[in-house]
Amino acid sequence: MATPILEMRNIEKHFGSVVALAGVSIEILPGEVHCLLGDNGAGKSTFIKTMAGVHRLTKGQMFLNGQPVQFSSPRQALDAGIATVYQDLAMIPLMSVTRNFFMGREPVKGIWPFRFMDMGFCDRITREEMKRIGIDVRDPGQAVGTLSGGERQCVAISRAVYFGAKVLILDEPTSALGVRQTSMVLKYIDMVRKRGLGVVFITHNVRHAMAVGDRFTVLNRGRTLGTAARGEITADELQNLMAGGKELADLSSELGGTV
Amino acid sequence: MTDKNSLIETAADERLKHASPLTRVLRRPELGALLGLVIVTVFFLAVANPVMFELSGIMNFMAPAAQLGILAIGASLLMVGGEFDLSVGSMVAFAGLIFAACVVTFGMSLPVAIAVTFACAAAIGFFNGQLVIHTGLPSFIVTLAFLFVLRGLSLVGLKWATGGATQLRGVREAATDTPLDAFIYKLFAGDAFEGLFAWLAAHDWIAKFPNGQPKVTGVPIEILWFVGLAALAAVVLSRTRYGNWIFASGGDPNAARNSGVPTRRVKTSLFVLTACCAALVAILTVLDAGSTDARRGFQKEFEAIIAAVIGGCLLTGGYGSVVGAAVGAVIFGMVLIGLTYTTIDQDWYLVFLGGMLLMAVFFNNIIRKRVTGER
Repeated sequence: MATPILEMRNIEKHFGSVVALAGVSIEILPGEVHCLLGDNGAGKSTFIKTMAGVHRLTKGQMFLNGQPVQFSSPRQALDAGIATVYQDLAMIPLMSVTRNFFMGREPVKGIWPFRFMDMGFCDRITREEMKRIGIDVRDPGQAVGTLSGGERQCVAISRAVYFGAKVLILDEPTSALGVRQTSMVLKYIDMVRKRGLGVVFITHNVRHAMAVGDRFTVLNRGRTLGTAARGEITADELQNLMAGGKELADLSSELGGTV
Repeated sequence: MTDKNSLIETAADERLKHASPLTRVLRRPELGALLGLVIVTVFFLAVANPVMFELSGIMNFMAPAAQLGILAIGASLLMVGGEFDLSVGSMVAFAGLIFAACVVTFGMSLPVAIAVTFACAAAIGFFNGQLVIHTGLPSFIVTLAFLFVLRGLSLVGLKWATGGATQLRGVREAATDTPLDAFIYKLFAGDAFEGLFAWLAAHDWIAKFPNGQPKVTGVPIEILWFVGLAALAAVVLSRTRYGNWIFASGGDPNAARNSGVPTRRVKTSLFVLTACCAALVAILTVLDAGSTDARRGFQKEFEAIIAAVIGGCLLTGGYGSVVGAAVGAVIFGMVLIGLTYTTIDQDWYLVFLGGMLLMAVFFNNIIRKRVTGER
């Protein structure tokens, strides 16, 4: 087996007396889509924030390419190649698409004190990158607030990919999208995997997970319930694991198998 | 990178259209301020004594506009960065006290006194910023406290430095002891380009007195500071990485931080910058008057914020323009001084001030909604 790009071992995170994570372990291999499933409150968001350097670990270890690491800021995680696309997308509605695309990573040219943002380059790259995933940004100078939710998601994902992430963490990227844009995002995730990146795909939609996932880890109440590879587990089993099994099966029969 | 194209069908979308020039113009945050400037200019061209728009008249209203403008530049950057500083007016008084005390009471040389003044202002700005960041309190409240604290300290300090008075005199005499002092003095006081103006007068390009002296001896130095700083700040805000970070920190600090923008550093540096702008105004005005008093900079914080708002800054941060704020300050100077060229009672100035603020906020809101598609 290849060395994991990122390994999280027995991660714990406490917020005061609240134990958000009580020992979560996963490995992210290069070129795999690792789906992280769990119901609301399972600790998915907290977990990826520890990966992304937003939260510090209370306990546990993190290994990047086999080396132990500690991130004290999102910047450090970013510099190490761990990029995160959050549910709130880290997009600022009042700023232009271009300015959002390059936020925090602005390319500059010239010699200080005449070191300016290379706006021409930024606009061109933004338009090109957006076209690649089929979003037609009519004018990269327009404010992100004018884009649809789906378009914003795509800007956010292509931004992370463009900046050479080695591990791409996607926090429910498909939850707010229409059917066509969802399939676009899933195709894009597949493409990212083929380029050798490790993708952490957080979702509670089992169908979306099954569509692209190589391995599936289920979180419940701050713990890992286990990791299964593609083909070892069915969609129904995943769904049951996520929901804690029995109750959902009961509900499912009540509702005529629609859940 | 080329494999992307093969995997995702590139939508051959022919809807690609470029924003019309009109949209581009409407998108500029300083549009409202420029419109206001045109209205105010037309108004005074119509009702004021034409002397107002002669060279001497322009210098007359540009000098106070420049003093306010320097504050407004700091205020607008800070507002784009998502914070307020209500203490800038008091900061002018406090920095003026420090500067005058350094020169007169402690007998420091001018460059040292200037450095000490900026250092003190920067330290207070830094403290303000840290307080806002670490307590998470609105900067409105924290700096409101400093509005009173600094004003009070200025009064107490002045009495201490003068032995009971609230005015400290003799700055100009004490500030020009040595040749070096005299040179530095020229950078912060008096008029610039005096030679050029004398030459222009000699060739009858500008108005002169019967003895051949030009009526306007030069450009008041604060105007040069104002224009220079405005240009510098405008370029920094719109064209540099730091400028992008200012927009990001004000637009959504959380999103900015998650994208790797050091929002705390950006905000702290903006508080320091605003305080240093106040210190610069203090030095300019104290040297100009030759004295300092406790009322210096009174209510300037509000005028600076109003100028910034007229210039298109949103109260919620993340949007605005330095050029707009500078134009806003020019509008102020024009009305303040312009009314003396008319038969209108000068106290209408305050009425105008409030009215302009309301109109600007109203106008900016409409524009912003159109531009960002906000509903």
